[in-house]
Amino acid sequence: MAILANRQTRVIVQGLTGAAGTFHAKQMRDYGTAVVGGVTPGKGGTVHEGFPIYDTVAQAVAATDANASVIFVPPHGAADGVLEAASAGIDLIVCITEGIPVLDMVRARRALEGKACRLVGPNCPGVITPGAAKLGIMPGYIHKPGSVGIVSRSGTLTYEAAFQITELGLGQTTAVGIGGDPVKGLDFIDCLALFEADAETKAILLIGEIGGTSEEDAAAFIKANVKKPVAAFVAGLTAPPGRRMGHAGAIISGGKGKAADKIAALKEAGIAIAPTPADLGKTVAAMMR
Amino acid sequence: MGSPPDGMMGFGEVAVVIVPGSVSERWWGRPPYRNDRVQSRFFAVATAAFENSLDIPSASQYAALPASSNRRGTKHAMKIHEYQAKSLLAKFGLPVPMGIPVLEPSKAAAAAEQIIQATQNQTVVVKAQIHAGGRGKGGGVKVVKGLAAARETAAKIYGHKLVTHQTGPEGRIVKRLLIEQGVAIASELYASVLVDRAKSRVVVMASAAGGVEIEEVAAKTPEAILLEHVEPTVGFRPYQARNLAYALGLRGEVAKNMVPFLLKLYEAFVALDASLVEINPLVVTTDNRVLALDCKMTFDDNAVDKHKEVVEMRDLDEEDPTETEAHAFDLSYIKLDGSIGCMVNGAGLAMATMDIIKYYGGNPANFLDVGGGASQEKVTAAFKILTADPAVKGIFVNIFGGIMKCDVIAAGVIAAVAEIGLRVPLVVRLAGTNVELGAKMLAESGLPITAASDMADGARKVVDLASGKRN
Repeated sequence: MAILANRQTRVIVQGLTGAAGTFHAKQMRDYGTAVVGGVTPGKGGTVHEGFPIYDTVAQAVAATDANASVIFVPPHGAADGVLEAASAGIDLIVCITEGIPVLDMVRARRALEGKACRLVGPNCPGVITPGAAKLGIMPGYIHKPGSVGIVSRSGTLTYEAAFQITELGLGQTTAVGIGGDPVKGLDFIDCLALFEADAETKAILLIGEIGGTSEEDAAAFIKANVKKPVAAFVAGLTAPPGRRMGHAGAIISGGKGKAADKIAALKEAGIAIAPTPADLGKTVAAMMR
Repeated sequence: MGSPPDGMMGFGEVAVVIVPGSVSERWWGRPPYRNDRVQSRFFAVATAAFENSLDIPSASQYAALPASSNRRGTKHAMKIHEYQAKSLLAKFGLPVPMGIPVLEPSKAAAAAEQIIQATQNQTVVVKAQIHAGGRGKGGGVKVVKGLAAARETAAKIYGHKLVTHQTGPEGRIVKRLLIEQGVAIASELYASVLVDRAKSRVVVMASAAGGVEIEEVAAKTPEAILLEHVEPTVGFRPYQARNLAYALGLRGEVAKNMVPFLLKLYEAFVALDASLVEINPLVVTTDNRVLALDCKMTFDDNAVDKHKEVVEMRDLDEEDPTETEAHAFDLSYIKLDGSIGCMVNGAGLAMATMDIIKYYGGNPANFLDVGGGASQEKVTAAFKILTADPAVKGIFVNIFGGIMKCDVIAAGVIAAVAEIGLRVPLVVRLAGTNVELGAKMLAESGLPITAASDMADGARKVVDLASGKRN
């Protein structure tokens, strides 16, 4: 089971022949993911590190039956890459690229409306279903198959969470890094709905951060729709207003998007809050007892 | 419309029926114009004056900019001054008061004279140009009459410290002024364009409650804020601009002037890849024109390098020099006011590290994300920035290696300490890729480094060491 990715997932990498694309395509393959090819315009027909390369996503899909794509295309072409994947019939699009202009994403999101595909990211670590498929840049070995679903706006904090859960012997069904950009694909509530419907997932860990209202929306959604235990952490309690904390989306502006407000909303929805980032695993484990 | 129109219309009408003469004291001026022909000439002059007198620093001044200032991923929230924003508005045909930026106080009188001559009106406004709001309340905006008063006021503001609620108590030294014509105001409105992340759409916002902090309006009377979300495939439509104009309570000529104003505002936002264009106040003059009396513009860091004219408006005087240095190394660094320096990989983990330091009773001195794939040189540069801050009493390096390898972090820290020494306690927590190798390198370096087993252990240790509770 798990969500989004499993052993049947057949992955192509857009931008595979670039440095990051090459490194991570190999890492994904080493993890056991079915990476069936890559797309780099102008290099179609070649083979790179054992991966067949195609000029377009449509050609790659026709040749390989790929149903997922991981995008490493540079920022100014990445939104185009997302739309190319969607138009070629890819079901799951994971966009790793950081630095995409926000108006590009506004237009891309509009173009994806009504399509069945799912977009994860951009500016995210990707999706991993331990033991089955790794679509992203996270270190594989800190994960293990298990029963906790993780959904997070952060990259390395997700690794921290997965590691703590693995150390406690619980493991993960799937870990999804939804990314730190203000305009993106899947949000918390999309992933919460998938985890709630997944029979293998016994508990959910949500990792938020300052900026926007996704955590408040998630709290309301959980209260109404999620019966499984949920634990959460929100980074940025000490972040000053008006300063963007690395992620384009992580900014407290106009008094909105504060960590304290998000934590209050989550608590109000009956969600257990990890007091520190060192207690992510313990907090979710306590919910499962 | 995003809000109930009933209450709004009433609100708008009340706000607009401000008779000339009862206008706010911050902004006033006798009607400078006698007829339409003269007015349009004034606006032509205003636009030309902006384009000719922008006083953009020379190429050599900008050569001092770090190479990364227009590189992607520098994570710098690009801001510009009011006079620069207004010059951009003018290029898009948006009406702004006639104004001349002044970079040295000796030129203030000449600028004021030029404006008085062109407008045949003795009233001018002297405005401090700093990258912070609240300038009016802080004494950085003065309405004066005549040349002598303009010169005197400019001398009082220029080169002096301006403290506003956004600058913090240390304030900012004013190094640029904008001298503007006085404007006769009938009412003050508000307009802005930004991205509504919850809807993944650009939104045009307007309110009849202008001239005050829009956050206060949003908190107290959310119904007084009007929203029109933009469908990206067709852009902001004239009917949406009309919806806003009439809901603001505008009628007749003023409403007709507001529609193209809002359309051009959206056009400028999109064309410039702005992240915010805010006109507050957007004034209706006593002769029924609409005018951008103030303007705040910020830009999408991920797109600003497409706009050379905007990148060139960067003012390094308004930036923390340490942050500028960090950006040169492509490090995401923000100075804070605590005493525990932290170096972390990843924005979320960096924020979480700040939080756990606070949880154990310390205060973070900075936010520092070295990024996903930092080189040894980058780590060394980051470490030097931390140790150069005199407020730092202890350093916490917290790394979860993924793409970033722990041995690279260890090598960078060792190289930095070898070069500049170590004057404060250093706690290092490593996890993830190549953790054993990194830990071994640090242990064998002979440096006085305290190893931590996890985040909590590291945070506790650095807080104790920095406060002298532990040796």
